[in-house]
Amino acid sequence: MRYLPLTPGDRSDMLAAIGVPSIDALFADVPAAARLPGLVDLPLAQGELEVERAISRMAAKNTAAGSVPFFIGGGVYRHHVPAAVDHLIQRGEFLTSYTPYQPELAQGTLQSLFEFQTQVALLTGMEVANASLYDGATACAEAVAMAHRITRRGKAVLSGALHPHYREVCETYAQFSGLEIVTLKPMPGIADPIDIDIETACVVVQYPDFFGELRDCSALAARCHLAGALLIVVVTEIVSLGAVKPPGAMGADIVAAEGQSIGNALNFGGPHVGLFAAREQHVRQMPGRLVGQTTDADGKRGWVLTLSTREQHIRREKATSNICTNAGLCALAFTIHLALLGEAGLARLARLNHAAACNLADRLASLPGVSLVNDSFFNEFSLRLPVPAAQAVAALAEKGVLGGVAASRFYPERDDLADLLLVAATETTTPEDIDIYGKALAEVLR
Amino acid sequence: MTSWSQALSAHPGAAAETATLTGNRGLQLEEPLLFEQDSPGHCGVDLPEPPPHKSRLGGLERQGPIGLPGLSEPQIVRHFTRLSQKNYAIDSGLYPLGSCTMKHNPRLNEKLARLPGFADLHPLQPTSTTKGALELIDTLAHWLKTLTGMPAVALSPAAGAHGELCGMMTIRAALTARGDARRRILVPESAHGTNPATAAICGYAIENIAANPRGQVDLAALKASLGSDVAALMLTNPNTCGLFEDEILEIAAAVHAAGAFFYCDGANFNAIVGRVRPADLGIDALHLNLHKTFSTPHGGGGPGSGPVALAAALAPYAPLPWIVHGDRGLELIEHAAGSAARSIGRLKGFHGQMGMFVRALSYMMSHGADGLRQVAEDAVLNANYLRVRLAGALSQSFPGACMHEVLFDDRFLKDTGVTTLDFAKALIDEGFHPMTMYFPLVVHGALLIEPTETESKASLDQFADTVNGLAARAKSGDAASFQAAPRLTPRRRLDETTAARKPVLRWRPDPPRQQAAE
Repeated sequence: MRYLPLTPGDRSDMLAAIGVPSIDALFADVPAAARLPGLVDLPLAQGELEVERAISRMAAKNTAAGSVPFFIGGGVYRHHVPAAVDHLIQRGEFLTSYTPYQPELAQGTLQSLFEFQTQVALLTGMEVANASLYDGATACAEAVAMAHRITRRGKAVLSGALHPHYREVCETYAQFSGLEIVTLKPMPGIADPIDIDIETACVVVQYPDFFGELRDCSALAARCHLAGALLIVVVTEIVSLGAVKPPGAMGADIVAAEGQSIGNALNFGGPHVGLFAAREQHVRQMPGRLVGQTTDADGKRGWVLTLSTREQHIRREKATSNICTNAGLCALAFTIHLALLGEAGLARLARLNHAAACNLADRLASLPGVSLVNDSFFNEFSLRLPVPAAQAVAALAEKGVLGGVAASRFYPERDDLADLLLVAATETTTPEDIDIYGKALAEVLR
Repeated sequence: MTSWSQALSAHPGAAAETATLTGNRGLQLEEPLLFEQDSPGHCGVDLPEPPPHKSRLGGLERQGPIGLPGLSEPQIVRHFTRLSQKNYAIDSGLYPLGSCTMKHNPRLNEKLARLPGFADLHPLQPTSTTKGALELIDTLAHWLKTLTGMPAVALSPAAGAHGELCGMMTIRAALTARGDARRRILVPESAHGTNPATAAICGYAIENIAANPRGQVDLAALKASLGSDVAALMLTNPNTCGLFEDEILEIAAAVHAAGAFFYCDGANFNAIVGRVRPADLGIDALHLNLHKTFSTPHGGGGPGSGPVALAAALAPYAPLPWIVHGDRGLELIEHAAGSAARSIGRLKGFHGQMGMFVRALSYMMSHGADGLRQVAEDAVLNANYLRVRLAGALSQSFPGACMHEVLFDDRFLKDTGVTTLDFAKALIDEGFHPMTMYFPLVVHGALLIEPTETESKASLDQFADTVNGLAARAKSGDAASFQAAPRLTPRRRLDETTAARKPVLRWRPDPPRQQAAE
């Protein structure tokens, strides 16, 4: 077996050194009734060629996004990732190291995470950010739990335009933590009627929202603060912050975001990277790892994991979260891609996305019976169709166009959303793609 | 005082040897932060001018710069290459971090995870265009179910701790469904910190169970703590002392007799994969760390993946989404209705860590049933070989054979003036990543060593010779050299106290330069 360096000779020498007659002797503590006498019922070892062939066959049964005109978003966005990103994250020193428990052997990981924290803080307009969480949805649930700890209040109010997966994850966590979750009804194109009372720990809104609309949350932030509640702003398309005001500038107390769009592939939904930023005054209530700057015994600048007394390995049941492994390598990909973009590149990337979406929206909304729901949007918008959106998505797929996500995929019980289609465009969308989509949708609706 | 003169005065010998004009030392290159290398106007990507369009940003256009630095691609590649060279990794050498299973990460897995059919696949595509992805997930589930002997596996958890959360939530949901509001979770003292943290998130009170003198769960103490308000026992097996709980069948029977569930932390599954099926031990729920046993890369701290194998009594509560075998082949169930009505709901966005699933399946198919059994055997053999090679110099906490990792404590350092931390730092200068230090908490100054099966005998011998040599040096009275270690790394011991007392968690445009000049 190519991954196992011990030879049969090594094994017998080592057993002799240990002083046992066979390997079975080392498993003597396993109760006899639980010892498997032979192999489990699975195929035997295979060479690299055979494994590659078998798994490639499965991959070939899928339609890769890049192989067709592609307009799906809904919280995961297809962007071009520069070749240098994947090359650098595959360096063994990044790929095959672990959590930097020994800082003298991990200054590379620690410095890159410090850069990641800085980038996330700058982009969101917040004071501090952590070293990543699993994804945007779990970051959102962690933000709600943090607001509960800070305010000692028991209710979270979720906007109806919050991504339904994010809402569901919050609801799952809340079933067990005892937090009350109030979810407003999703109403595309209409602002939430949000009530805040003395029991409200936090209000959670998405920006741009699930239906693509951009809403200024400054007034909402002011209302939250007046009532002693926190405002949590969720961002599922982080590239948008290259074009629009950051949540921090609108009074957000916590930003929980999905960072996939920068540096990371679609990956059929994971791994992605959760971004988490907050105000400095709340740093000791934050979940997850934090890298801090310090000096070494020679007075040189260096980095360490810090404020660990919040974390499970120190605080155990009193920890701010149970998270241990996070999304380190995805955070590194984010950092490298954003470093390549820089100030000018990110701004232009965001404008390219917006321009593609504007042109796509104009084209599609010009079709008979199709109407644009949004007053504003970044790179994703909602359309009302004259047919059920799920039916249109299936018919478009037959024509080789992946034309968006039907809202009914998330809300099968909501008849009033059956005709709603979410459509996204990015810098990867070409004018030809837009033309093909326009023609295909016209045919589907004919 | 400048950092330069501090370096000279602290350790004149070492500093004098390495004094250079640049601060670089051969292959160890100093590298400032990205933010300190801003050359405005530079950009590492070339993007076209956007086509004409009417902006529809709702009047929310960003005002003012973000503050991101501009650099070209060569600068960025050099920056991150230099940073990478400040990391130790499995690819560079033995990484015996106990309970972390730092094994070789095969590159075939990386190649396959990057196939466009997986990497460039959107989770919300029509399932008619993702059949191969569902097939891969279903195949992975089959392997995991076969290896654990459990009838169901929940795949969406994003890491081990997330898997624990999934398992404990299904347990609480099952108890609630039968009208049984139990309050307590029993956790052995040797448990990972994630166990009590998880139980607390699920709304439970935690009660610690003492270890017996053999480093295992004290069965009598467990039985005394069990009662009608205990929801579950969370046990790691093999445990974090590197021992297989030899009374596990009695433990399971006692837990079940009390009406509670038996949760197992499968972080150490590498020791028994292919030789023992958790179902045969009476376990009701067990998470597997794909980034440990199944070799998906640790990536400097993630991403991981934490599938949870579930007994039949817990399976109906598994989180969404589910993949089921329907009339038209594999179907993706995304809503809590019909057969999935009792699901606890969603634990993360979308369908789980697909990129990790591809890697783990590639790993499992490469090894096969025979190779996986050999993995467990070689992992245990390597740990026991180190155990006997180190037995003379170090103090083993619990005598006798170990599983895939071996636990020592700091008795061998008694009266030497050298601590476990000092010892670990000295190992760094010798070119090894240290073992896990000060964990588990059940022994004093723990040193937990897990070599994994992907180390050769020569590599183990070199490590053992080094550790034995350092132990001899410590006992010879040379504490000073340990206290000064590491001396050869890009940075020496870092001041963690100040880092925590005055947290500096990000770069800011106006660093307090005056302070540095003083």
